[in-house]
Amino acid sequence: MSDDMKLNLRVWRQAGPEAAGAFVDYKAVPGISEHMSFLEMLDVLNEMLIHRGEVAIEFDGDCREGICGQCSLTVNGQAHGGERGTTVCQLHMRSFREGDTIVVEPFRAKAFPVIKDLVVDRGALDRIIAAGGYVSVNTGPKPDANGMRINKDISDRAFDAAACIGCGACVAACPNASASLFTGAKITQLSLLPQGDAERNRRVARMVDQMDIEGFGNCSNLGECEAACPKEISLDNIAVMKREYLRAIFSKF
Amino acid sequence: MTLDSKVPAGPLQNKWDSYLESVKLVSPANKRKMDVIVVGTGLAGASAAASLGELGYNVKAFCIQDSPRRAHSIAAQGGINAAKNYPNDGDSVWRLFYDTIKGGDFRAREANVYRLAQVSNAIIDQCVAQGVPFAREYGGELANRSFGGAQVSRTFYARGQTGQQLLLGAYQALLRQVDAGKVEMFTRREMLDLVVVDGKARGIIVRNLVDGSIEKYAANAVILATGGYGRAYYLSTNAFNSNATAAWRCYKRGAYFANPSYVQIHPTCIPQAGDYQSKLTLMSESLRNDGRVWVPKKKEDVKKPAHQIPNEDRDYYLETRYPSFGNLVPRDVASRNAKSVCDEGRGVGAGRAVYLDFSDAIARQGQKAIEDKYGNLFHMYAKITAENPYETPMGIYPAIHYTMGGLWVDYELQSTVAGLFVAGEANFSDHGANRLGASALMQGLADGYFVLPFTVGNYLAREKASGVTVEHPAFKEAEADVKRQINGFIERGTKGDTTVNEYYRRLGEVLWDKVGMSRTEEGLKQALGQIAEIKQGFETNLLLTGTSESFNKMLELAGRVADFIELGELMTRDALHRNESCGGHFREEFQTADGEALRDDENFAYAGAWQFKGPGEEPALHKEALVFENVELSQRSYK
Ligand SMILES: Cc1cc2nc3c(=O)[nH]c(=O)nc-3n(C[C@H](O)[C@H](O)[C@H](O)COP(=O)(O)OP(=O)(O)OC[C@H]3O[C@@H](n4cnc5c(N)ncnc54)[C@H](O)[C@@H]3O)c2cc1C
Ligand code: FES
Repeated sequence: MSDDMKLNLRVWRQAGPEAAGAFVDYKAVPGISEHMSFLEMLDVLNEMLIHRGEVAIEFDGDCREGICGQCSLTVNGQAHGGERGTTVCQLHMRSFREGDTIVVEPFRAKAFPVIKDLVVDRGALDRIIAAGGYVSVNTGPKPDANGMRINKDISDRAFDAAACIGCGACVAACPNASASLFTGAKITQLSLLPQGDAERNRRVARMVDQMDIEGFGNCSNLGECEAACPKEISLDNIAVMKREYLRAIFSKF
Repeated sequence: MTLDSKVPAGPLQNKWDSYLESVKLVSPANKRKMDVIVVGTGLAGASAAASLGELGYNVKAFCIQDSPRRAHSIAAQGGINAAKNYPNDGDSVWRLFYDTIKGGDFRAREANVYRLAQVSNAIIDQCVAQGVPFAREYGGELANRSFGGAQVSRTFYARGQTGQQLLLGAYQALLRQVDAGKVEMFTRREMLDLVVVDGKARGIIVRNLVDGSIEKYAANAVILATGGYGRAYYLSTNAFNSNATAAWRCYKRGAYFANPSYVQIHPTCIPQAGDYQSKLTLMSESLRNDGRVWVPKKKEDVKKPAHQIPNEDRDYYLETRYPSFGNLVPRDVASRNAKSVCDEGRGVGAGRAVYLDFSDAIARQGQKAIEDKYGNLFHMYAKITAENPYETPMGIYPAIHYTMGGLWVDYELQSTVAGLFVAGEANFSDHGANRLGASALMQGLADGYFVLPFTVGNYLAREKASGVTVEHPAFKEAEADVKRQINGFIERGTKGDTTVNEYYRRLGEVLWDKVGMSRTEEGLKQALGQIAEIKQGFETNLLLTGTSESFNKMLELAGRVADFIELGELMTRDALHRNESCGGHFREEFQTADGEALRDDENFAYAGAWQFKGPGEEPALHKEALVFENVELSQRSYK
C-alpha cells in the first residue's frame, strides 16, 4: 500500500484548438495514493499546479463512475488506459507501480478536434444519433407497455448494445478512427427491437452516411475498438450494422 | 406576494383532467412564432425540449456537458416507479400517491403528487414505445422489483442502468427534434443569469465554456431543468457538474427557493476512503431487496473479518427494529439508523460503515441471479474498493444524494417569476421532506413529457409577442453583471492563496457536520458563523489561475462555489427555522421516544419559500400552507 507513489506524468498540454500542443513532464508528483482514481490523481496534480501559479490541466469527466462517457483520456497509448472494461475515471492508481512514468493524451481522431489540453469535441457522435438513432414516436398516449411482449433474450441483447456510453474510446483506439462500433451498437439495439423495425432501413442508411460526413474512417475489422470499449460492446454490432446496411440499400425505402 | 399554488378545484382524482380541459391552446401557426428556452437536458429537460419541439415550438436547449446524453440523470441506477400493478400485488394510482405523500413525511402538495402518480403509467408506455430496453421476464412481459418505502413491486428497471436507458430514450427524442430543426442544442454552455423584463422571464445569459464568451438568448418562456444542489456538500453521489448556479441566479432575480434544508442522505454508498476523494459512489437502493444490513452486536468484533462473526453475534438492526419493512425502510430511516449504530462504536471498516451482505441471497438464488440483477454495481464496487462483494459483504455508509428542496413552483410548475418554469430535481414540488427511491426519474419524466407541454402552452397562449430581443437593456445589464463577477474572480484570483477546491471542501465539511443527517439549533447557529467566514475568505483570498477567455474549469467552479456558499447559508437558515423533524430534516431536539422524526403539524405543515431581498439582506420567508384533504396526517411508521 502506498500513499505516495512518486509517479511521473507526461501530459499533453495545448492552449487551444489552433495552438500547437506538446508534452509537459511533471516529475515525482507528491501525494498520490494507490486508492485514488485516475481523475482524482489529476485533481491532486492540478491543485499543486494552481498553488505554483500555473494553469490547471483541463480534462473532461462528470459522473466519475463509468456511466456518463464524459471522461476521455488516452493513458500510455490506450484509450481509457490498459484495464479492460474500465473508463479512465474508474481506473485506480493501484494498477500502476511506484515510480512509473504515465503518458496522458487526449482521445485522438480527426473527427474529435482538441479544445484544450485533454479535452476534445465529440459533437460528431451526437450528429450520428441525430441522423436516425431513435424510434420516431412523439410524446403522447401509447398502447399499454405490456401489450407488446418481447422475448427476453432479444431484449437482453438489445440492452447489451444499448449499454454504450458514447465516450468515443472506440474511435480513439481504431487506427482508422472509425465510429463503427458506436454506430453499430445503436443500430443493433433498435433493429433487434420490434419498436425500431418500421424505420430500420432509413435509419441505417442515414447514420452510416453521417459517419462518413463527419470524417470517421472505415472499419477494417481490426477489433481495437472492442478491446478499448469500457462497456465491452461486442464487435458483432458492427457485423449487424453492415448486414442492415446491405439490406437497406437493396430494398427501397 | 402570497403564494398561489393554483391547484384546480374539485376532487383530487379529477383535478388534472379538469385542468387539461380548461387549458388554453396555442395554434400551430402561433407555436411556430414562439421561442422556448430549456436549460438542462437531463431527464426533465430533454423530455420537455423534445416534447415541445414535437408540438412545434422553437426550442433552444442548453447543457454544461459536451452532449445532452451525459447529464447527471445518466447515473441513476435502480429504477423508475409506476402504478401499473403488473405483478397484481395491489398497487394503484392511489397507493403510489399515498406512499409518496407518506414517504415525504406529509410535506408535499397533495394535488401535485396525485398527478405524478396518475401520469406514471404513461411514462412507462412512452419509454417502451421509444425502445427503452427495460428488464423483462421470460414470458416477454416487463419485470418489476420493490424499493424502499413500499410494500408492492412497482419499480421498472434496466439492469442497474435505468437512468442511462431512460435518458438515452429522451436524448434520442431530443436529437430527433434537432434533426427536424425544431430544437437547437447548445452544449458546453452554462447559464449564469436570468433576464426578467416587466416581471416576466424573457431570456438567459450563458457562458460558452469552450471559448469563454458571454452569450445572450431571448425567448417567450424559460424552463429550468438544471438538477439538484447536493454538491453543495462537496462530497455527494452527484456528478461533478451538478450545481445550483442556474437556480440560485433565478432566486436572485425573484424566484422563491423552497425548503432548501430538505436534502436526502442515501443509506447505501461506498464509504469515503481519503481526503483526496472527489465524490462518493452510490450502491443502488435496489440492493436492499437482496442484501441484508448488519453490524456486529459487540464493539469488540468490529475489526474482525465479517465471516468470522457468527450469525448470533450480528445485529440485523433494520430487520429487528422495523419488522414489516425490514431492509426496505425509506432512506432517511435507514441512514439515521446507520449513523446511530456507527456512533455507538459498532461501525465496521474505518468506523463509518455498515455491512450490506448478499451471502444469504447468493445461497438462495445462486450467484448468476444476483449477477443478472446487480452485476454492474458489484463490478463498480470491486473496482473502487478492490474487494469482491460476492465473497465479502459490502461496506456502505450514507451520503448526500438528492435535494427535495428547490425553486418553488405552483401546480403548473411555474415559479414566482412569470414565464419561468422549473422541472425535475431543480423544483421542490413532489417529494416533500423525503423522496422515495425510483421516484425522481418518474418525476423528471412526468414534468417533461406530460406536464410542461400543457402548462407552458397555457402560459404562452395568453402571451402576446413581447417584442423583447437581446438588444433590450435588461439583457445588457445582466450581461454586465455576469462579466463583472467573472472578471472579479480572475482579478482576485491572482492575489490570494487558497484554491476554489479548498474553500469548497471546507464548506462541504460544515454542511455535512451541521446541516447533514442530524441537526441541532446550536450546530446550525455555528454553521452560519462558519459559512460567513468561508464566504469572507472566498471573497478576499482566492487563488485562481487561467483566463476568462478560454476553457477554464476552475473558473466555472469558482462561480458555482460562490453560489453554494450562499445557498448553504439559506439551507442552514431554513433548517434552523423549522423547529420540527420531518423526513430528511432531523432536528435532534424533536424526536419521538424511540428516536424517530417528530413532526409538528400544527406549526410546520407548510412549504417554506424564501425570497431574496438583496445582497447582505435577510431573506423573507413565505409559507404555502399544505392542505391535506385526502390523506390523514399520521406519524410515519415502518415497524
Ligand atoms: C447515483 C445516483 C443514482 C440515482 N438513482 C436513481 C434511481 O434509481 N431512481 C430515481 O428515481 N432517481 C435516482 N436518482 C436521482 C435522479 O437521478 C435525479 O434526481 C434525476 O436524474 C435528476 O434529473 P434532472 O433532469 O432534474 O437533472 P439532471 O439530470 O441533473 O440534469 C441537469 C441538467 O442541467 C444542466 N445544467 C445544470 N446547470 C446548468 C447551467 N447553469 N447552465 C446550463 N445547463 C445546466 C446539466 O448540464 C444537465 O443537462 C439517482 C441519483 C444519483 C446521484
Ligand atoms: S466521468 Fe463519467 S464515465 Fe468517466
